[in-house]
Amino acid sequence: MATNILMPALSPTMTEGTLSRWLKKEGDTVKSGDLIAEIETDKATMEVEAVDEGILGRIVVPEGSEGVKVNSPIAILVDEGEAVPDAVDAPAAKKAEPAPQTAAQPASTPAAPAQSTSAQSAPAQSAASTSQAAPVAGPTGKRVFASPLARRIASQKGIDLSSLKGTGPNGRILRRDVENAKPATTGGAAAPVTAPAEAKRVPNSSMRKVIARRLSESKQTVPHFYVSVDIELDALLALRSKLNAASPSEGEGQFKISVNDMMIKAVALALRDCPGLNVQYTEAETLHFPEIDISMAVSIPDGLITPIIRQADRKSLRAISAEARDLAKRARDGKLKPEEFQGGTFSISNMGMFGVREFAAIINPPQAGILAIAAGEKRAVVRGDQLAVATVMTATLSVDHRAVDGALGAQWLNALRDIVQNPYSLVI
Amino acid sequence: MDKFDLIVVGGGPGGYVAALRAAQLGKNVAVVESTHLGGICLNWGCIPTKALLRASELNHQLHNLAEFGFSAEKVSFDIEKVVARSRSVSRQLSRGVAGLLKKAKVRVYDGRAKLAGRDGKAHVVAITKDGSETGRIAAPDVILATGARARHFPGLEPDGELVWTYREAMVPKELPKRLLVIGSGAIGVEFASFYRNMGAEVTIAEVADRIMIAEDAEISAMAQKAFEKQGIKVLTGAKVGPLEKKDGTVSTRITTASGTTDLVVDKVILAVGIVGNVEDLGLEQTKVKIDKTHIIVDEFCRTGEPGLWAIGDVAGAPWLAHKASHEGVICVEKIAGHDPEPLHPLNIPGCTYSRPQVASVGLTEEKAKATGRKLKIGRFPFLANGKALAMGEPDGLTKTIFDAETGELLGAHMIGAEVTEMIQGYVIARTSELTEAELKETVFPHPTISETMHESVLAAWGGALHF
Repeated sequence: MATNILMPALSPTMTEGTLSRWLKKEGDTVKSGDLIAEIETDKATMEVEAVDEGILGRIVVPEGSEGVKVNSPIAILVDEGEAVPDAVDAPAAKKAEPAPQTAAQPASTPAAPAQSTSAQSAPAQSAASTSQAAPVAGPTGKRVFASPLARRIASQKGIDLSSLKGTGPNGRILRRDVENAKPATTGGAAAPVTAPAEAKRVPNSSMRKVIARRLSESKQTVPHFYVSVDIELDALLALRSKLNAASPSEGEGQFKISVNDMMIKAVALALRDCPGLNVQYTEAETLHFPEIDISMAVSIPDGLITPIIRQADRKSLRAISAEARDLAKRARDGKLKPEEFQGGTFSISNMGMFGVREFAAIINPPQAGILAIAAGEKRAVVRGDQLAVATVMTATLSVDHRAVDGALGAQWLNALRDIVQNPYSLVI
Repeated sequence: MDKFDLIVVGGGPGGYVAALRAAQLGKNVAVVESTHLGGICLNWGCIPTKALLRASELNHQLHNLAEFGFSAEKVSFDIEKVVARSRSVSRQLSRGVAGLLKKAKVRVYDGRAKLAGRDGKAHVVAITKDGSETGRIAAPDVILATGARARHFPGLEPDGELVWTYREAMVPKELPKRLLVIGSGAIGVEFASFYRNMGAEVTIAEVADRIMIAEDAEISAMAQKAFEKQGIKVLTGAKVGPLEKKDGTVSTRITTASGTTDLVVDKVILAVGIVGNVEDLGLEQTKVKIDKTHIIVDEFCRTGEPGLWAIGDVAGAPWLAHKASHEGVICVEKIAGHDPEPLHPLNIPGCTYSRPQVASVGLTEEKAKATGRKLKIGRFPFLANGKALAMGEPDGLTKTIFDAETGELLGAHMIGAEVTEMIQGYVIARTSELTEAELKETVFPHPTISETMHESVLAAWGGALHF
């Protein structure tokens, strides 16, 4: 019997994704467990396994399609010898021509009539031949579902409804969604929508949208406070040189420990000494986590992702170093598995390599804290009454004030400074 | 021990609806009901009183036929037959509920349920019948839908003979000549209306300074006037003294601001609120919190104990069957991992089926003013409505309250014929967040009393056409 292969949800938050590549062709035999397609989510690229077996009767969603909704049919699986039926929800699809062009894809629908009415016109032909025309879900022309009251209040406050996410039935925008939103312009009157002609319009990737949504949510709902401290790095750098000198020059056991690896371990140990920051605030209760799982922010093309070093307080520097390297590489290749970047109890963002003096990071919800690490540099310090030179780094802690108060934040930073300035606890 | 996905304790309008919804979602469900499926609502509340009130309206009409050009002599009724009809309607519906549950393959256990600890993660429920345990069942989720019962006060205890609760008031063997109703919520007012229209002398005593305190003050004043016109004596700000029973009558002294009234009546009906049935459920060893007599729940009906939920009257006000049913659905959908919309108290309509009827949703004028918003208030009297006049029902009012700036319908209040059937229009408007613009644009059918709903909106925004 013919069955639909549906767009899978690769993570709990995924609502749509990009079907980047088909690994099977129409007519191929598919066995349970075969890899059939590659799907790109907001966070990673993953391969999709077949659950049932049969013949890949039709590819409904061609590769390269963006914004494919979770649970929408992407292909039809049939038994051997069985005729391929029409796609269930694509009445326009022609049974005789199971070509990608007939797929139930929004972009192909307007192209089809153009082709039949003026078959000779060049644009229509090119539209037909390049069936890959991306589904343009542009900001204009898309119907926004909102309650009348929401529309009224939005227009009074100068809020653009299409920028909001509705929480009502089927995503309908309700009054609460508008009231929770901030006005778009400070001037009060809604600005005319005509954009300057020079601006290049780059559609936001799904990762861009997730970053925007999560960090807006964090900045708007989590009351941040910031504590900074200067930490001297000379002892840590000296230890690092000694450790790295002990590495075999080649082969299996070779390692090269970075300052970042040491900071991951130091942060984890500080959290063990002072567990009040290894928490999550919820409406009814504050969750204290028994494990210390450090999310490290990794910059990747068009965004960032936070792979996790789990139980970092219990791992050796060598293990952390190997793991961090592997995670960062696979993060840049878009090959992380969801469990490798979902979860985590505390984050580190390191911009030391860019030479910045200091910065403050936005908390990665639902965590309660993030440490922003700036560059280590030689600075003048006062020892006793003497000036001296030391390698100093400014670290800034951002904390969720709902769960953690200022004194605890300061105490934690002091614990971290003690560990970094007396770094032998990192190796024992 | 039989194991289920869900056990519902109580088969009233909260419990049986929850069970049906759960069955729809593929759950294996058990309902434990001690008395009768359909609960108070079907058996001793909403439904049988509507049957009685229908009879009393007929009695009123049969005695007021001249207006329509009729004359009738020797109009009479047999109260036992009136009550019998009411009971048969209840029976029919209760059987209907049993049929629905059976069709949905819900197991129904006859008995009382009590939580009896846990079996692994599942809650164990012990079932007792006539004091002895008849079995145990278990499920990871248990919904408490045990309902409520009439509240008593010291000195004001029912005895089933002279001092009634709703229960006895619904099955009179004979019509009392003189009746005192204590309390003027929906229950008190409906019984006062029923007995008055059947011919009894009725006094309402209300401790608050006006009757139907939950309703808009303007509507409650109109209701009081209408009742008084029908011959009901209404005492507000009234303190009822001890009830003294002698020779089959009850005498008492009622004190109000304007003096005291000594009253001798044949029956007293207590309608001074209800208390939740929270006893003997085995809640002691759980984290369930009880405030006075109801179980504290969150917006999805969760109690403090994982896997334990509470809906309907036992989970607090408003004590309305439709609130219980709706909570049942929300609760079950939450259990099934769906993402239901919580119940919004201001979108729950309230209906009283007295003559005249009263229906409302949202904020009263007083509460709307207290929000500090600028208001637009519209009123449209039934007197200016063609259908109401044709029906001989010229007494009534439809009142709407809007936020002047956003056009939000903050509240709607109606009194008069058929208003309980019409209020849902405004409930839909509130639930879908309509503004005055859509209500103005809506074409209401002519001739209907519902045109007053349109005109009231127009009046609020300065443009009623027919008044």
